[in-house]
Amino acid sequence: MVRQMLTIQLLATRRIAPLAALLWLALGIGDVARSEPVMPPQIRMIDDAIEQGWHDYEISPAPEADDAIWCRRVFLDVIGRIPTLDELETFLADRDNDRRAKLVDRLLHDDRYTEEYANHWATVWANLLIGRSGGMDRRDLTDRDGMMKYLRDAFAENRPYDRMVYELVTAEGSTKPGTPGFNGAVNFLVGKVNDDKAVLAASSVSRIFLGQQVQCTQCHNHPFNDWKQQKFWEFNSFFRQTRSLRRFVDGTRDISHAELVNEDYAGEAGDPNDALVFYEMRNGLTRVAYPVFTDGTEISRSGYVDEVNRRNELGRLMLDSPQLDRMAVNRYWSMFLGYGFTKPLDDMGPHNLPTHPQLLDSLASSFRGSSYDLKELIFWITLSRPYSLASVMTSQNEIDDPSIGETPKFSRFYLRQMSAEQLYQSLVSASGASAQGTYEQQEQKRREWLRQFVVTFGTDEGDEATTFDGSIPQALMLFNGELTQRAISLKPGSFLDRLSQSGKSTRERLTRLYLAGLARQPSKREVGLAGELYRARKGNEKEMLQDMWWAILNSNEFIMQH
Amino acid sequence: MISTWKTPRGMTRRHFMNHLVGSSAAVSAAMTLGGAIQANAEEMRRNRKSAIMLWMGGGPPTIDLWDLKPGAPTGGPFRPISTTGDMQICEHLPKVAEQMQHLSVVRSMSTREADHDRGRYYMHTGFVPNPNIEHPSYGAVIAHELIGQRPELEIPPFVTIGGASEGPGFLGMAWSPFAVTSSGRIRNLNMQLDDARLMQRMAALREIESGFAKRTRGLPAEEHGKVLKKTFDLMTSSQMEAFRVETEDEKTKERYGTNGFGQGCLLARRLVEAGVPFIEVDLGGWDLHQNVHQTLADTKLPQLDQAMSALVEDLQQRGLLQDTAVIWMGEFGRTPRINQNAGRDHWARAWSCVVGGAGIKGGLAVGETSSDGTAVESEPFSSEDLMATVCKGLGISTETTFMSKNRRPMKIANGGKLIEELLA
Repeated sequence: MVRQMLTIQLLATRRIAPLAALLWLALGIGDVARSEPVMPPQIRMIDDAIEQGWHDYEISPAPEADDAIWCRRVFLDVIGRIPTLDELETFLADRDNDRRAKLVDRLLHDDRYTEEYANHWATVWANLLIGRSGGMDRRDLTDRDGMMKYLRDAFAENRPYDRMVYELVTAEGSTKPGTPGFNGAVNFLVGKVNDDKAVLAASSVSRIFLGQQVQCTQCHNHPFNDWKQQKFWEFNSFFRQTRSLRRFVDGTRDISHAELVNEDYAGEAGDPNDALVFYEMRNGLTRVAYPVFTDGTEISRSGYVDEVNRRNELGRLMLDSPQLDRMAVNRYWSMFLGYGFTKPLDDMGPHNLPTHPQLLDSLASSFRGSSYDLKELIFWITLSRPYSLASVMTSQNEIDDPSIGETPKFSRFYLRQMSAEQLYQSLVSASGASAQGTYEQQEQKRREWLRQFVVTFGTDEGDEATTFDGSIPQALMLFNGELTQRAISLKPGSFLDRLSQSGKSTRERLTRLYLAGLARQPSKREVGLAGELYRARKGNEKEMLQDMWWAILNSNEFIMQH
Repeated sequence: MISTWKTPRGMTRRHFMNHLVGSSAAVSAAMTLGGAIQANAEEMRRNRKSAIMLWMGGGPPTIDLWDLKPGAPTGGPFRPISTTGDMQICEHLPKVAEQMQHLSVVRSMSTREADHDRGRYYMHTGFVPNPNIEHPSYGAVIAHELIGQRPELEIPPFVTIGGASEGPGFLGMAWSPFAVTSSGRIRNLNMQLDDARLMQRMAALREIESGFAKRTRGLPAEEHGKVLKKTFDLMTSSQMEAFRVETEDEKTKERYGTNGFGQGCLLARRLVEAGVPFIEVDLGGWDLHQNVHQTLADTKLPQLDQAMSALVEDLQQRGLLQDTAVIWMGEFGRTPRINQNAGRDHWARAWSCVVGGAGIKGGLAVGETSSDGTAVESEPFSSEDLMATVCKGLGISTETTFMSKNRRPMKIANGGKLIEELLA
C-alpha cells in the first residue's frame, strides 16, 4: 500500500515538475535544484534482479545506449513510430537528469500522444485477439472496426488491465459500431464460439490471458504439462451458453453484423439443470465435464443464464488468478525487451521455467498492486537498466544470445525487426506529411497496406503468418513501394523539401537527415559518400539528400528496433 | 570502395551488386570460376533436380483418398477405383488414377503431432518444435543443397505459392520461402530510376548496412544484406518471366484448372523449368471437422484431381518428371471415426502421403493400415523417412549435416531412414 501511494505521489510530482520549474523562474527564485529524481522502486527491483543474473553468469552488460538511440527506441515501443526530428531534437536539448523519465511520462500522459498511444496498443492487441486477418474476410463475423474502437477507447483512458480482460471475456452485444447494443469487446469471441464447440474460444482465452496452452488437450492429455483432457473440457464448458447470431440488413439475406449472446444451455444430455458436455477419450470411452476453473474451483452446473452466467463466473475467477498477472507482465516485458521470461511466452507453467522467476513474480504482484495500471508497468520497464543498454554484442556478453537458443540474460538490447505496423507509421512520419484524412480513411489505407503481408494457413483455427519478416517482399516494398516514394518526395511541403530549407550548411542538413532516420550523426565515411553523391548529382543538394534518404530508409539500421 | 561507382563498361547491375554485397561463398565461387561454369551449364541443366511439394493445409482425410476402407464402419461412402499403378484410390480422383504409375502412396505414415501448428512444423522440417532452435524447412534445406547445380539462377530458390510454408530457421533469411499468389503477380517490382543513380544509392545503402552490422555484431543485421542482394537480383532478372503464368495458352490453363491451386501447380512447373529447386503449392481447407464427404466430393477432390493429374502428366510429357520429386502431404490425416457432425477430426497415428518423380518408384502402395484404418500394421514411416527418401531421389546425400547456430550438428531430414521399396 505504501509503495503504491509513493508511486502515485511520484507520478504526480513528475507531471508537475516542468510547471513548477516555470513558476519558479517566473518568480525569479533562481536556479531550480537539479537533484536525482526519485524513481518507483520497481525499477530498482528490475535492475537488481537482472544484474544478479549477469553476475551469476559472469558477463558484463553492453554500454548504455546514447540518448538519441534510446529516444528512438522508446518512441517505437510506446507509441509505435520513430520520433520526428523536432521531437528528437527537443529531447536532446534537455539536459535534466530525469529527462528520460520525463519523456516516457510525456509519451504516456501528454494529451498530444493519447491518440497515437491508444492506436498503437489497440493495433497490437487486435492482432493478438483476432489475428492480423480477423475481420478481413466478408464472411467473418468479426468486425475489425468494432474491435479497434473498443481497444482504442480502453487504451485512451488507460482502462485497468483486469477490467479489460473481464470485459473481453464476458462481453455481450453487437459487433459493429453504430448498431443497437454495440459493444466492440464482443469481437474477441464472436468468431470463436459457434464452430466446433467453442474450442477456439477456450484455447484463446486460456493462452492469451492465462499463458496456458490447452489446444492439444482437446483430444488427449498434454504430453508434457499437467493439463489433462478433462481440464480442457471443463474450461471449455464456460463458453457453452454463448452463441453468435447473425443479424441481417432489413428485408435481405445480407449479413449486417453479428451479436454475441448468452442463452440457456441444456447441455449435451438435454437437461439444463445439469448442463454437461461429453468428450471422447483416446481409448474411445466417453466422459462428462462441467465448468471448473483451472485451479479446481467449481461453479453451479445449471445451464440457465439467470441462475448462473458462466462467462461472468469465468471472468471473476480469472481476476483472482495470479496467472493473469504473470502472463500480462511476461507479455509486456517481451514486447519491450524482445524476449519474455519464458519461451514461448504464452506457455507458462511448471514444465517451462521462467528465466527470472522471482522478478516475474514480484513484477506480477506489483502490477496487481498498481491496480493493473499498464502505463505504470510501461514506465517501470522502459526506465529500467536492461532497457537502456546498447544493442551491441561485446566479448563480455557473447554467451547472452537468445537467437541461438540461450536463455536471455538481458545484458544488451536485442535487435529485432520492427513490426509491419511500426514500420508503416514510421514511414508515414518520415515522409513529414501530417496525417491526411479522417481516422477511418487513414485506417483503411493502413489496412490495405498491411494486408499484403498476411498469409493464412487454411485451417479451421485461422492460423496465419506474416511475410513481413525481413524477406524479399518486404525489401521490394521498401525499394520501390508507394510509401517510400512518398517519403523521398521533393514536392513542396514534403519532409525533404522542408529539411533542405533548414539549417546553415549541407553538412548540417545531412546530420539532421541522419538524426531523423537513424537517431545518430553520419560517420566520416558516410559524409564522404554524401560528398561524392553531391558531385554525381552535379551539385543538386536536394537530390543528394533524396538518395541518402532512400538508402537510410532501406537500411537494416532503419527497419530494426535497436 | 567509392570508386566502384565508376562502373566499367559492360558491367551489369547484378555484377555490380555482387561486388557490393559479395559475401556469400556461392557468389564469389561463381565469379572466379565464371568461364568453367559457363561451359558446364548445359550439362548441369540436364542433371539438375527439383522438388514440388503439394501442401494440403488443415490435414487431409487420407482414408478417403488413398487408403479406402470400403465396408468398414469408418469407411465412409466413397468407392475405390483401379489406377495405372498397383493400388486403388478414391473414385473422386479419376484423373489422378491415370497417373498413379508415376506416384506411390505411403500408407503407413505414423506421426505424433496432431495440432496444426506443431504438425505443420514437424512435417515441414522433420523435427518437433523446440523453443530454443528454429529448424530449417525442407524447402530451405533442399534449395540450399541444390543451388550449386544452377549458378545462373537469379530468382529465389525456394518459392511458396498461395501459402506461407515454414521458414529457413538457422539457415538464415536468405533461404526463406518467397511467397507469391497463384497469379504469380509480385508487388513493387518496378523501379523507375536510371542504372547509375540506383547503383550510387546502393553504395550508400551498403555503407550504412555494413556499419550497423559491424557495430552491433548482430546476425539479423548481417542477414539483411543477403536479402537485399537477392531482391536486387530478382528485380533485374529476365528469369522473372517464369512467374507470368498468364502467358500460358488457354488449353494448358484449363487442363490444370482455372482455380488458385490449378494455376499454382502450373506456375510450379514453369518455375521448375526456370531452375527453381524447391516449390511448394498450397491447397488449404482440409480441416474437415464437419461434413467431410460432401465437401470432398463437391469441391476439394475435383480441384485436387484436376491440378495434380495435370502437373504429373505435364512434367512427364516434358521429360521433367525423372528429375522432379513430387510430394503430396498435409500436417496429419484425419480420424477414421466419423464424428457427430459428419466430419473427421485430427489423426496422426495412421495416414498416407504420396510421392513420386526424381527416380522414386511409382505405382506402389507402401505399407498398410488395419481394417478400420486406425493403426499401421506394417513398418511405420515418419516425416524424416519420407524426406530422407526424397533427398536420396534428388541425389542429396543423407549424410549431409548442418550446424545449427548453437553449434549442434543436425543431419538432413533428421537422420530419417530410407523407404527402400521406393528406391530402385
